[in-house]
Amino acid sequence: MAAAKDTPRRTPLYEEHRSLGAKMVDFAGWEMPVQYEGIQAEHRAVRERAGLFDVSHMGEAIFRGPDAERAVQRLVTRDVSRLDVGQAGYAAVCYENGGTVDDVLVYRRAEDFLVVINAANREKDLEYFRENTQDLDVEVADESDFYALLALQGPRAQEILQNFTEVDLPNLKYYRFVEATGDGLRAIISRTGYTGEDGFELFFRPDDAAGAWRSFIEAGATPAGLGARDTLRLEAGMCLYGNELDAQTTPLEAGISFAVHLDKEPEFIGQEALRREKETGLRKKLVGFKVEGRGIARHGYPVQSDGETVGHVTSGTRSPTLGEAIGLALVAPEIEEGFEVVVRSRSVPARTVPLPFYRRERR
Amino acid sequence: MNLPQELQYTRSHEWVRREGDVATIGITDHAQDELGDVVFVELPEVGATLEAGNTFGTVESVKAVSDIYAPVGGEVVEVNGSLEESPEKVNEDPYGEGWMIKVRISSEGELLSAADYEKVVEEEE
Repeated sequence: MAAAKDTPRRTPLYEEHRSLGAKMVDFAGWEMPVQYEGIQAEHRAVRERAGLFDVSHMGEAIFRGPDAERAVQRLVTRDVSRLDVGQAGYAAVCYENGGTVDDVLVYRRAEDFLVVINAANREKDLEYFRENTQDLDVEVADESDFYALLALQGPRAQEILQNFTEVDLPNLKYYRFVEATGDGLRAIISRTGYTGEDGFELFFRPDDAAGAWRSFIEAGATPAGLGARDTLRLEAGMCLYGNELDAQTTPLEAGISFAVHLDKEPEFIGQEALRREKETGLRKKLVGFKVEGRGIARHGYPVQSDGETVGHVTSGTRSPTLGEAIGLALVAPEIEEGFEVVVRSRSVPARTVPLPFYRRERR
Repeated sequence: MNLPQELQYTRSHEWVRREGDVATIGITDHAQDELGDVVFVELPEVGATLEAGNTFGTVESVKAVSDIYAPVGGEVVEVNGSLEESPEKVNEDPYGEGWMIKVRISSEGELLSAADYEKVVEEEE
C-alpha cells in the first residue's frame, strides 16, 4: 500500500480553511475541513442560498491516446460512447465478480477522458486502471495534483458564479461542462454536484484556487465542510464509497443501476457477473429509512427483522432539513416495509421510505 | 474556552456542581465544541444507580456519537428532560440549561480542578 500515510496531505486551500477557523480532520489521508460555523448552518446555507466546498482531495485520472475510449469502456459500467464531448456521466468501476472498486464521474473531453475518483481510492484505482489496460494504447495519468476542485452548490450558485465568467451558465445543462478560458475565471465549469441542489463543480489550477475561493465567499457563498457535504448527499440519497459501495457490494445492490449499462459492447469488467445477479436476483438491496423511535441510526449498526440480523446501516444521521433521523441500509431483498435498527443494544423501529429523502423544487 | 472555576471536572470532559450531597452533571464547553451541533441526548431514568467512571448516557452530534461517563457514583434523582426536545441547549449553555442529570452522591470519582482540567484540554490540542 501507499507509503507516507503519516503526513496528511493538504489542499491548496489549507490556509483559507485555517483562517476561517475551520475544524480540520483527517479524511483519507487529507487534512480537510469538517465544519466552519456548524454542520447544520452550513447544510441550510446550501439548501437555501449557496455553499462552497473544497473537494480538492478528490483524484483526477486522465485517459489519453488512441485507445482511451476503449480503456474507459472496459473499466466503467456506463456506456461512455453515448457521452458527448462536454458531457459527464456517473459510473461505477467493478471487479470481475461485480463488487465495486469505486464510483466515479467520467468527463468526455475532445482529446481525452477525465475520470474523477474518490480520494481514499486514488492509489488503488490508478493501479487497477493500469493493470487492466496494459494491452491497449492508452496513457493513464494521475493528474490529481494538477487540479484544485471546488464545489459551489445551492439555489444561488449560478448567480454567484456568473459574476466571474463569460460562460452562458443558464444554458449549461445538468451534467454538462465547459472549459472557461479567456478573461475572468480559468477553470473547467461542470454543472454537477453531490448535494441534491443545483450547482457547479469547478476544476482550477492549484494556484488559482484561493483567489476564486475568496471571491465566491465575498459574493455570498458560505464555506461548507465535509460534515455538511455528507448530510446533504445523504438527504439526496447519493452513495458514498466505503459506506453504501465497497468490494462486497455491487452497483445493482447499491441502487445505482441507472449508471450501469448491462447491454454495453464491448463489455466492462464485471458485466457478466452483474447480468447474472440481475437474472438470479439481488443478494441484498439498498433502502432508505426513517427511524420511528428515539435514536439516530449510524453507519455499521445492525438491522434486524423478527430478531434476525438482515443487514446493516450504511449511513445515518439526523436530517437537518427534515428534522428526523434518516438512513440508508443494505438489507436482505425480502425486506419491504420496515425493520429494527439496533442502537446501542436497544431495538428501534424504522420504516422504509422511497429515495431520495429530499428533492429540490425545480424552477 | 469557558471554564467556571467553582466546578469540578473529569478527564472525559464532564463537569460536576456540588450542592450538599447532590451533584449536577453535564459536559464541558470544550466537549460540546468538539462535538459540534448536538442533536440527540440519551440519559438514564430517575432512580438508576451510577458507578463512578462508567458510562451513563450518550450525546450525539450530526457527525459523532460520544459516551458520557459518571464523575461520581450514586442514584439519579433528576434528569433534564428538556434536552429531549432541545438538545441544542448542550451547545448553547453547557453549564446552565444544558445540564444533564442530578445524582445523590454515594461514592467519589476522580475529579479535577478547573486548572487541572485546562491542562488536560491543552495536552489534547
